Amino acid sequence: MKENDTKTQYELNKGLAQMLKGGVIMDVTTPEQAKIAESAGACAVMALERIPADIRAAGGVARMSDPAMIKRIQAAVTIPVMAKCRIGHFAEAQVLEAIDIDYIDESEVLSPADDTYHIKKSDFHVPFVCGARDIGEALRRIDEGAAMIRTKGEPGTGDVIQAVRHMRAVMSGIAKITAMNEREMLAAAAEMRVPYELVKNVHDLKRLPVVNFAAGGIATPADASLMMQLGADGVFVGSGIFKSENPAKRADAIVKAVTNYKDASLIAKVSENLGGAMVGINADEIKTIMEERGK
Amino acid sequence: MNIGVLAVQGAFIEHENMLRSLGAECRELRCREDIDHLDGIVLPGGESTVQARLLTELSMMTPLKKLIESGVPVLATCAGLILLAEHIDGGEAPHIATLPVTVRRNAYGRQSASFCCRASFGTMADVPMMFIRAPFIESVGDGVEIMAHDSSDAQNITAVKYKNQLAMAFHPELTNDTRIHEYFLKLVARRRG
Repeated sequence: MKENDTKTQYELNKGLAQMLKGGVIMDVTTPEQAKIAESAGACAVMALERIPADIRAAGGVARMSDPAMIKRIQAAVTIPVMAKCRIGHFAEAQVLEAIDIDYIDESEVLSPADDTYHIKKSDFHVPFVCGARDIGEALRRIDEGAAMIRTKGEPGTGDVIQAVRHMRAVMSGIAKITAMNEREMLAAAAEMRVPYELVKNVHDLKRLPVVNFAAGGIATPADASLMMQLGADGVFVGSGIFKSENPAKRADAIVKAVTNYKDASLIAKVSENLGGAMVGINADEIKTIMEERGK
Repeated sequence: MNIGVLAVQGAFIEHENMLRSLGAECRELRCREDIDHLDGIVLPGGESTVQARLLTELSMMTPLKKLIESGVPVLATCAGLILLAEHIDGGEAPHIATLPVTVRRNAYGRQSASFCCRASFGTMADVPMMFIRAPFIESVGDGVEIMAHDSSDAQNITAVKYKNQLAMAFHPELTNDTRIHEYFLKLVARRRG
Protein backbone atom coordinates (compact mmCIF):
# COMPACT_ATOMS: atom_id res chain seq x y z
CA MET A 1 0.00 0.00 0.00
CA LYS A 2 2.91 2.37 0.68
CA GLU A 3 4.59 2.19 -2.72
CA ASN A 4 3.12 5.10 -4.62
CA ASP A 5 4.24 5.71 -8.20
CA THR A 6 5.89 9.07 -8.91
CA LYS A 7 2.79 10.71 -10.34
CA THR A 8 0.57 9.58 -7.46
CA GLN A 9 3.17 10.71 -4.92
CA TYR A 10 3.30 14.17 -6.51
CA GLU A 11 -0.50 14.44 -6.36
CA LEU A 12 -0.43 13.45 -2.67
CA ASN A 13 2.32 16.00 -2.02
CA LYS A 14 0.45 18.79 -3.78
CA GLY A 15 -2.63 17.64 -1.85
CA LEU A 16 -0.93 18.09 1.52
CA ALA A 17 -0.14 21.70 0.57
CA GLN A 18 -3.80 22.16 -0.38
CA MET A 19 -4.75 21.11 3.15
CA LEU A 20 -2.50 23.84 4.57
CA LYS A 21 -4.29 26.61 2.64
CA GLY A 22 -5.84 29.43 4.57
CA GLY A 23 -3.38 28.65 7.33
CA VAL A 24 -0.22 29.97 8.96
CA ILE A 25 3.06 28.05 9.04
CA MET A 26 5.28 29.20 11.88
CA ASP A 27 9.05 28.98 12.43
CA VAL A 28 9.91 27.32 15.74
CA THR A 29 13.23 26.46 17.36
CA THR A 30 12.14 24.36 20.36
CA PRO A 31 9.39 21.85 21.25
CA GLU A 32 7.94 24.47 23.63
CA GLN A 33 7.63 27.00 20.81
CA ALA A 34 6.13 24.29 18.58
CA LYS A 35 3.44 23.65 21.19
CA ILE A 36 2.71 27.37 21.52
CA ALA A 37 2.41 27.60 17.73
CA GLU A 38 0.12 24.57 17.52
CA SER A 39 -2.19 25.75 20.28
CA ALA A 40 -2.31 29.24 18.73
CA GLY A 41 -3.60 27.67 15.50
CA ALA A 42 -0.55 27.07 13.26
CA CYS A 43 -1.42 24.63 10.45
CA ALA A 44 2.22 23.44 10.35
CA VAL A 45 5.55 24.36 11.92
CA MET A 46 8.98 24.88 10.39
CA ALA A 47 11.60 23.36 12.69
CA LEU A 48 14.93 25.16 12.61
CA GLU A 49 17.80 25.88 14.99
CA ARG A 50 17.78 29.61 14.46
CA ILE A 51 15.06 31.81 13.04
CA PRO A 52 16.04 33.92 10.01
CA ALA A 53 16.56 37.13 12.03
CA ASP A 54 19.16 35.32 14.17
CA ILE A 55 20.77 33.65 11.14
CA ARG A 56 21.13 37.13 9.67
CA ALA A 57 22.58 38.48 12.93
CA ALA A 58 25.00 35.58 13.41
CA GLY A 59 26.37 35.56 9.86
CA GLY A 60 28.54 32.63 8.72
CA VAL A 61 27.30 29.49 6.98
CA ALA A 62 23.75 28.45 7.86
CA ARG A 63 23.06 24.72 7.43
CA MET A 64 20.30 22.15 7.95
CA SER A 65 19.26 21.84 11.62
CA ASP A 66 20.30 19.01 13.96
CA PRO A 67 18.02 16.01 13.21
CA ALA A 68 17.65 15.36 16.96
CA MET A 69 16.20 18.82 17.44
CA ILE A 70 13.79 18.29 14.52
CA LYS A 71 12.71 14.92 15.95
CA ARG A 72 11.93 16.51 19.33
CA ILE A 73 9.65 18.97 17.57
CA GLN A 74 8.02 16.14 15.57
CA ALA A 75 7.29 14.40 18.87
CA ALA A 76 5.82 17.54 20.44
CA VAL A 77 3.03 18.30 17.93
CA THR A 78 0.45 16.52 15.74
CA ILE A 79 0.44 19.08 12.91
CA PRO A 80 2.83 18.68 9.93
CA VAL A 81 6.50 19.48 10.59
CA MET A 82 8.67 21.07 7.89
CA ALA A 83 12.43 21.64 7.88
CA LYS A 84 14.88 23.53 5.69
CA CYS A 85 17.77 22.29 3.61
CA ARG A 86 20.25 24.37 1.64
CA ILE A 87 19.57 25.14 -2.02
CA GLY A 88 20.99 22.29 -4.10
CA HIS A 89 22.03 20.22 -1.07
CA PHE A 90 20.29 16.99 -1.98
CA ALA A 91 22.13 15.05 0.74
CA GLU A 92 20.61 17.26 3.44
CA ALA A 93 17.24 16.61 1.78
CA GLN A 94 17.91 12.85 1.90
CA VAL A 95 18.62 13.15 5.64
CA LEU A 96 15.38 15.05 6.22
CA GLU A 97 13.47 12.47 4.19
CA ALA A 98 15.08 9.72 6.28
CA ILE A 99 13.73 11.22 9.51
CA ASP A 100 10.23 11.27 8.00
CA ILE A 101 9.79 15.03 7.70
CA ASP A 102 6.42 16.08 6.23
CA TYR A 103 7.74 18.87 3.97
CA ILE A 104 11.21 20.14 3.00
CA ASP A 105 11.84 23.84 2.36
CA GLU A 106 14.75 24.19 -0.09
CA SER A 107 15.51 27.57 1.33
CA GLU A 108 17.51 30.66 0.50
CA VAL A 109 17.52 31.45 4.25
CA LEU A 110 20.32 28.88 4.58
CA SER A 111 23.62 29.30 2.73
CA PRO A 112 23.25 27.88 -0.79
CA ALA A 113 25.23 24.67 -1.45
CA ASP A 114 25.02 24.79 -5.26
CA ASP A 115 24.93 27.94 -7.38
CA THR A 116 23.97 26.10 -10.58
CA TYR A 117 21.42 23.44 -9.72
CA HIS A 118 18.51 23.22 -7.36
CA ILE A 119 17.65 19.79 -5.95
CA LYS A 120 15.91 17.50 -8.46
CA LYS A 121 12.89 17.26 -6.23
CA SER A 122 11.08 14.77 -8.44
CA ASP A 123 13.63 12.15 -7.26
CA PHE A 124 12.14 12.30 -3.76
CA HIS A 125 8.96 10.99 -2.17
CA VAL A 126 8.88 13.79 0.39
CA PRO A 127 7.26 17.05 -0.78
CA PHE A 128 9.24 20.27 -1.28
CA VAL A 129 8.34 23.94 -1.00
CA CYS A 130 10.59 26.48 -2.75
CA GLY A 131 10.84 30.25 -2.82
CA ALA A 132 10.18 32.27 -5.99
CA ARG A 133 10.42 35.95 -6.87
CA ASP A 134 8.53 35.79 -10.17
CA ILE A 135 6.62 33.40 -12.41
CA GLY A 136 9.80 32.12 -14.09
CA GLU A 137 11.41 31.06 -10.83
CA ALA A 138 8.11 29.55 -9.65
CA LEU A 139 7.73 27.45 -12.81
CA ARG A 140 11.39 26.34 -12.77
CA ARG A 141 10.97 25.09 -9.21
CA ILE A 142 7.69 23.33 -10.10
CA ASP A 143 9.40 21.76 -13.11
CA GLU A 144 12.09 20.42 -10.76
CA GLY A 145 9.32 18.86 -8.66
CA ALA A 146 8.31 21.45 -6.04
CA ALA A 147 4.78 20.67 -4.77
CA MET A 148 4.33 24.10 -3.19
CA ILE A 149 5.68 27.62 -3.87
CA ARG A 150 6.17 30.57 -1.56
CA THR A 151 7.43 34.09 -2.14
CA LYS A 152 11.01 34.59 -1.03
CA GLY A 153 10.45 37.98 0.56
CA GLU A 154 13.50 39.14 2.48
CA PRO A 155 13.67 36.75 5.44
CA GLY A 156 14.42 37.88 8.96
CA THR A 157 13.79 41.56 8.30
CA GLY A 158 10.19 42.09 9.36
CA ASP A 159 9.95 44.19 6.19
CA VAL A 160 7.14 42.95 3.94
CA ILE A 161 8.09 44.88 0.79
CA GLN A 162 9.90 42.02 -0.97
CA ALA A 163 7.12 39.53 -0.28
CA VAL A 164 4.67 42.02 -1.80
CA ARG A 165 6.93 42.54 -4.81
CA HIS A 166 7.30 38.79 -5.37
CA MET A 167 3.60 38.01 -4.94
CA ARG A 168 2.65 40.80 -7.35
CA ALA A 169 5.26 39.57 -9.84
CA VAL A 170 3.94 35.98 -9.73
CA MET A 171 0.32 37.14 -10.05
CA SER A 172 1.10 39.45 -12.95
CA GLY A 173 3.05 36.63 -14.61
CA ILE A 174 0.00 34.38 -14.30
CA ALA A 175 -2.25 37.10 -15.77
CA LYS A 176 0.09 37.51 -18.73
CA ILE A 177 0.25 33.78 -19.42
CA THR A 178 -3.54 33.54 -19.15
CA ALA A 179 -3.85 36.08 -21.97
CA MET A 180 -1.25 34.42 -24.25
CA ASN A 181 -1.89 32.50 -27.46
CA GLU A 182 -0.03 29.28 -28.28
CA ARG A 183 2.94 30.92 -30.05
CA GLU A 184 3.40 33.39 -27.21
CA MET A 185 3.32 30.55 -24.70
CA LEU A 186 5.99 28.67 -26.67
CA ALA A 187 8.20 31.76 -26.61
CA ALA A 188 7.53 32.36 -22.90
CA ALA A 189 8.37 28.73 -22.07
CA ALA A 190 11.69 29.03 -23.90
CA GLU A 191 12.47 32.32 -22.20
CA MET A 192 11.66 30.96 -18.74
CA ARG A 193 13.46 27.64 -19.49
CA VAL A 194 10.46 25.48 -18.62
CA PRO A 195 8.37 22.97 -20.64
CA TYR A 196 5.54 24.35 -22.76
CA GLU A 197 3.06 22.01 -21.01
CA LEU A 198 3.69 23.77 -17.70
CA VAL A 199 2.99 27.20 -19.21
CA LYS A 200 -0.12 25.82 -20.89
CA ASN A 201 -1.24 24.41 -17.54
CA VAL A 202 -0.99 27.86 -15.91
CA HIS A 203 -2.85 29.33 -18.89
CA ASP A 204 -5.71 26.84 -18.48
CA LEU A 205 -5.89 26.97 -14.67
CA LYS A 206 -5.37 30.76 -14.47
CA ARG A 207 -3.17 30.07 -11.43
CA LEU A 208 -0.06 28.10 -10.47
CA PRO A 209 -0.67 24.35 -10.56
CA VAL A 210 0.48 24.19 -6.91
CA VAL A 211 -0.35 26.10 -3.74
CA ASN A 212 1.36 29.51 -3.39
CA PHE A 213 2.10 30.92 0.08
CA ALA A 214 3.53 34.27 1.16
CA ALA A 215 6.76 34.34 3.15
CA GLY A 216 9.44 36.74 4.24
CA GLY A 217 8.99 39.80 6.46
CA ILE A 218 5.39 39.14 7.61
CA ALA A 219 5.12 40.48 11.19
CA THR A 220 1.55 41.70 11.84
CA PRO A 221 -2.07 40.56 11.25
CA ALA A 222 -2.38 43.36 8.68
CA ASP A 223 0.74 42.07 6.86
CA ALA A 224 -0.92 38.66 6.66
CA SER A 225 -4.18 40.18 5.39
CA LEU A 226 -2.25 42.19 2.79
CA MET A 227 -0.58 39.05 1.41
CA MET A 228 -3.86 37.11 1.35
CA GLN A 229 -5.60 39.95 -0.49
CA LEU A 230 -2.77 39.94 -3.02
CA GLY A 231 -3.60 36.30 -3.76
CA ALA A 232 -1.55 34.19 -1.33
CA ASP A 233 -3.08 30.82 -0.41
CA GLY A 234 -1.63 31.09 3.12
CA VAL A 235 1.24 32.58 5.05
CA PHE A 236 4.61 31.61 6.52
CA VAL A 237 5.66 33.63 9.56
CA GLY A 238 9.32 33.21 10.39
CA SER A 239 10.92 35.60 12.82
CA GLY A 240 7.72 37.62 13.22
CA ILE A 241 6.21 35.56 16.02
CA PHE A 242 8.95 34.44 18.38
CA LYS A 243 10.86 37.72 17.97
CA SER A 244 7.83 39.65 19.21
CA GLU A 245 6.87 40.59 22.75
CA ASN A 246 3.89 38.22 23.09
CA PRO A 247 4.30 35.28 20.66
CA ALA A 248 1.14 33.33 21.60
CA LYS A 249 -1.12 36.35 21.24
CA ARG A 250 0.51 37.50 18.00
CA ALA A 251 0.36 33.99 16.54
CA ASP A 252 -3.34 33.73 17.37
CA ALA A 253 -4.02 37.16 15.85
CA ILE A 254 -2.22 36.31 12.60
CA VAL A 255 -4.13 33.01 12.30
CA LYS A 256 -7.45 34.85 12.63
CA ALA A 257 -6.34 37.55 10.19
CA VAL A 258 -5.56 34.90 7.55
CA THR A 259 -8.97 33.22 7.93
CA ASN A 260 -10.90 36.48 7.77
CA TYR A 261 -8.44 38.48 5.67
CA LYS A 262 -11.16 40.66 4.14
CA ASP A 263 -12.76 41.54 7.47
CA ALA A 264 -10.99 44.76 8.48
CA SER A 265 -12.96 45.23 11.68
CA LEU A 266 -11.97 41.75 12.87
CA ILE A 267 -8.33 42.46 11.96
CA ALA A 268 -8.55 45.74 13.86
CA LYS A 269 -9.83 43.85 16.89
CA VAL A 270 -7.13 41.17 16.85
CA SER A 271 -4.44 43.82 16.26
CA GLU A 272 -5.22 45.59 19.54
CA ASN A 273 -2.65 45.46 22.34
CA LEU A 274 -0.46 42.82 20.72
CA GLY A 275 2.68 44.17 22.38
CA GLY A 276 5.79 45.02 20.41
CA ALA A 277 6.29 43.49 16.97
CA MET A 278 9.75 42.30 15.98
CA VAL A 279 11.94 45.35 15.65
CA GLY A 280 12.84 44.64 12.06
CA ILE A 281 15.30 46.17 9.66
CA ASN A 282 14.46 47.85 6.38
CA ALA A 283 15.12 45.48 3.50
CA ASP A 284 17.25 48.08 1.71
CA GLU A 285 19.54 48.58 4.73
CA ILE A 286 20.86 45.03 4.90
CA LYS A 287 24.05 43.54 3.47
CA THR A 288 23.02 39.90 2.95
CA ILE A 289 20.34 39.71 0.27
CA MET A 290 18.85 36.24 0.70
CA GLU A 291 16.21 36.62 -2.00
CA GLU A 292 18.93 36.65 -4.69
CA ARG A 293 20.02 33.15 -3.74
CA GLY A 294 18.92 30.49 -6.24
CA LYS A 295 17.21 31.79 -9.39
CA MET B 1 -29.72 24.63 -3.34
CA ASN B 2 -27.39 26.50 -1.07
CA ILE B 3 -24.41 24.61 0.33
CA GLY B 4 -22.33 26.16 3.10
CA VAL B 5 -18.67 25.22 2.85
CA LEU B 6 -16.67 25.72 6.04
CA ALA B 7 -13.86 28.09 4.98
CA VAL B 8 -11.89 28.85 8.14
CA GLN B 9 -8.87 26.84 6.92
CA GLY B 10 -8.05 24.04 4.49
CA ALA B 11 -9.08 22.77 1.06
CA PHE B 12 -12.53 24.34 0.77
CA ILE B 13 -12.24 25.77 -2.76
CA GLU B 14 -11.80 22.26 -4.16
CA HIS B 15 -15.22 21.28 -2.72
CA GLU B 16 -16.81 24.49 -4.01
CA ASN B 17 -15.46 23.90 -7.52
CA MET B 18 -16.78 20.35 -7.58
CA LEU B 19 -20.21 21.30 -6.17
CA ARG B 20 -20.55 24.24 -8.58
CA SER B 21 -19.69 21.95 -11.51
CA LEU B 22 -22.68 19.88 -10.38
CA GLY B 23 -24.98 22.91 -10.35
CA ALA B 24 -25.06 23.68 -6.61
CA GLU B 25 -24.60 27.15 -5.14
CA CYS B 26 -21.93 27.50 -2.46
CA ARG B 27 -21.34 29.94 0.33
CA GLU B 28 -18.10 30.15 2.32
CA LEU B 29 -18.63 29.93 6.07
CA ARG B 30 -16.05 32.17 7.78
CA CYS B 31 -18.05 33.63 10.66
CA ARG B 32 -21.20 32.94 12.65
CA GLU B 33 -23.39 35.20 10.48
CA ASP B 34 -22.65 33.03 7.43
CA ILE B 35 -24.37 30.03 9.04
CA ASP B 36 -27.93 30.75 7.98
CA HIS B 37 -30.48 29.26 5.54
CA LEU B 38 -28.29 26.38 4.40
CA ASP B 39 -29.52 23.25 2.63
CA GLY B 40 -26.26 21.38 3.15
CA ILE B 41 -22.90 21.71 4.88
CA VAL B 42 -19.40 20.70 3.80
CA LEU B 43 -16.61 20.26 6.34
CA PRO B 44 -13.42 20.14 4.24
CA GLY B 45 -9.94 18.76 4.80
CA GLY B 46 -7.27 20.82 6.49
CA GLU B 47 -5.80 20.76 9.97
CA SER B 48 -8.51 19.75 12.43
CA THR B 49 -6.72 21.43 15.37
CA VAL B 50 -6.77 24.76 13.52
CA GLN B 51 -10.34 24.41 12.28
CA ALA B 52 -11.69 23.37 15.69
CA ARG B 53 -9.95 26.24 17.40
CA LEU B 54 -11.29 28.78 14.91
CA LEU B 55 -14.82 27.32 15.14
CA THR B 56 -14.74 27.94 18.88
CA GLU B 57 -13.09 31.36 18.78
CA LEU B 58 -15.39 32.59 16.01
CA SER B 59 -18.49 31.23 17.85
CA MET B 60 -19.38 28.90 14.97
CA MET B 61 -19.26 25.53 16.76
CA THR B 62 -22.70 25.67 18.44
CA PRO B 63 -24.70 26.98 15.44
CA LEU B 64 -23.08 24.35 13.19
CA LYS B 65 -23.84 21.58 15.69
CA LYS B 66 -27.46 22.71 15.96
CA LEU B 67 -27.85 22.76 12.21
CA ILE B 68 -26.44 19.25 11.87
CA GLU B 69 -28.67 17.98 14.69
CA SER B 70 -31.66 19.52 12.94
CA GLY B 71 -31.03 17.17 10.01
CA VAL B 72 -29.22 19.33 7.44
CA PRO B 73 -27.05 16.96 5.35
CA VAL B 74 -23.31 17.27 5.95
CA LEU B 75 -20.38 16.02 3.86
CA ALA B 76 -17.17 15.77 5.89
CA THR B 77 -13.73 14.85 4.55
CA CYS B 78 -10.57 14.07 6.55
CA ALA B 79 -10.33 16.91 9.13
CA GLY B 80 -14.11 17.25 8.79
CA LEU B 81 -14.54 13.64 9.94
CA ILE B 82 -12.45 14.44 13.03
CA LEU B 83 -14.62 17.49 13.76
CA LEU B 84 -17.80 15.35 13.60
CA ALA B 85 -16.56 12.37 15.63
CA GLU B 86 -17.94 11.85 19.13
CA HIS B 87 -14.68 10.22 20.23
CA ILE B 88 -11.08 10.95 19.26
CA ASP B 89 -8.48 8.33 20.10
CA GLY B 90 -5.73 9.65 22.36
CA GLY B 91 -7.92 11.64 24.70
CA GLU B 92 -8.38 14.78 22.60
CA ALA B 93 -11.69 16.44 23.47
CA PRO B 94 -14.31 16.03 20.70
CA HIS B 95 -15.44 19.04 18.67
CA ILE B 96 -18.87 19.10 16.95
CA ALA B 97 -19.41 15.56 18.24
CA THR B 98 -22.54 14.54 16.34
CA LEU B 99 -21.21 11.33 14.72
CA PRO B 100 -21.07 8.22 16.95
CA VAL B 101 -17.66 6.93 15.88
CA THR B 102 -14.15 6.81 17.31
CA VAL B 103 -11.49 8.22 14.98
CA ARG B 104 -7.73 8.05 15.17
CA ARG B 105 -5.90 11.14 13.89
CA ASN B 106 -2.87 10.70 11.59
CA ALA B 107 -3.74 7.02 11.81
CA TYR B 108 -1.45 5.93 8.97
CA GLY B 109 1.51 8.11 10.03
CA ARG B 110 3.29 11.11 8.54
CA GLN B 111 3.24 12.34 4.94
CA SER B 112 5.53 9.46 3.87
CA ALA B 113 2.61 7.10 4.60
CA SER B 114 0.04 9.03 2.54
CA PHE B 115 -1.41 6.92 -0.27
CA CYS B 116 -4.05 6.47 -2.98
CA CYS B 117 -6.27 3.48 -3.56
CA ARG B 118 -9.48 2.54 -5.37
CA ALA B 119 -12.25 0.94 -3.35
CA SER B 120 -16.02 0.63 -3.11
CA PHE B 121 -18.08 3.33 -1.48
CA GLY B 122 -21.50 1.95 -0.60
CA THR B 123 -22.89 0.72 -3.91
CA MET B 124 -20.35 2.68 -5.98
CA ALA B 125 -17.46 0.60 -7.27
CA ASP B 126 -13.89 1.64 -7.94
CA VAL B 127 -13.91 5.07 -6.30
CA PRO B 128 -10.47 6.77 -6.27
CA MET B 129 -9.47 7.70 -2.72
CA MET B 130 -6.59 9.96 -1.65
CA PHE B 131 -5.44 9.60 1.94
CA ILE B 132 -3.24 12.49 3.13
CA ARG B 133 -1.98 12.21 6.72
CA ALA B 134 -5.41 10.70 7.08
CA PRO B 135 -7.40 9.48 10.06
CA PHE B 136 -9.39 6.26 10.05
CA ILE B 137 -12.42 5.10 12.02
CA GLU B 138 -11.61 2.64 14.79
CA SER B 139 -15.16 1.77 15.81
CA VAL B 140 -18.73 2.82 15.10
CA GLY B 141 -21.80 3.20 17.30
CA ASP B 142 -25.35 1.93 16.77
CA GLY B 143 -27.01 2.87 13.51
CA VAL B 144 -23.81 3.89 11.74
CA GLU B 145 -23.59 2.49 8.22
CA ILE B 146 -20.08 1.61 7.01
CA MET B 147 -19.55 2.93 3.48
CA ALA B 148 -15.89 2.13 2.77
CA HIS B 149 -12.74 0.35 3.97
CA ASP B 150 -9.14 0.92 2.98
CA SER B 151 -7.24 -1.62 0.86
CA SER B 152 -4.93 -2.78 3.68
CA ASP B 153 -5.15 -6.21 5.29
CA ALA B 154 -6.63 -4.56 8.38
CA GLN B 155 -9.59 -3.29 6.31
CA ASN B 156 -9.83 -0.11 8.38
CA ILE B 157 -13.11 1.80 8.14
CA THR B 158 -12.65 4.93 6.01
CA ALA B 159 -16.19 6.19 5.38
CA VAL B 160 -19.52 6.09 7.20
CA LYS B 161 -23.07 7.38 6.93
CA TYR B 162 -25.21 8.17 9.97
CA LYS B 163 -28.59 9.79 9.38
CA ASN B 164 -27.78 13.09 7.62
CA GLN B 165 -24.00 12.80 8.11
CA LEU B 166 -21.66 11.46 5.43
CA ALA B 167 -18.04 11.37 6.62
CA MET B 168 -14.83 9.98 5.16
CA ALA B 169 -11.11 9.88 5.87
CA PHE B 170 -10.10 10.55 2.25
CA HIS B 171 -10.46 13.39 -0.28
CA PRO B 172 -12.98 12.92 -3.11
CA GLU B 173 -12.62 16.67 -3.81
CA LEU B 174 -9.02 16.15 -4.99
CA THR B 175 -9.99 13.65 -7.70
CA ASN B 176 -12.02 13.96 -10.92
CA ASP B 177 -14.66 11.53 -9.67
CA THR B 178 -17.78 13.47 -8.68
CA ARG B 179 -19.95 10.53 -7.57
CA ILE B 180 -19.65 11.13 -3.81
CA HIS B 181 -20.56 14.81 -4.21
CA GLU B 182 -23.48 13.84 -6.45
CA TYR B 183 -24.65 11.40 -3.78
CA PHE B 184 -24.41 14.16 -1.15
CA LEU B 185 -26.44 16.55 -3.33
CA LYS B 186 -29.09 13.84 -3.70
CA LEU B 187 -29.36 13.68 0.12
CA VAL B 188 -29.75 17.47 0.14
CA ALA B 189 -32.40 17.40 -2.61
CA ARG B 190 -34.32 14.59 -0.89
CA ARG B 191 -34.51 16.56 2.38
CA ARG B 192 -35.71 19.68 0.60
CA GLY B 193 -38.42 17.49 -1.00
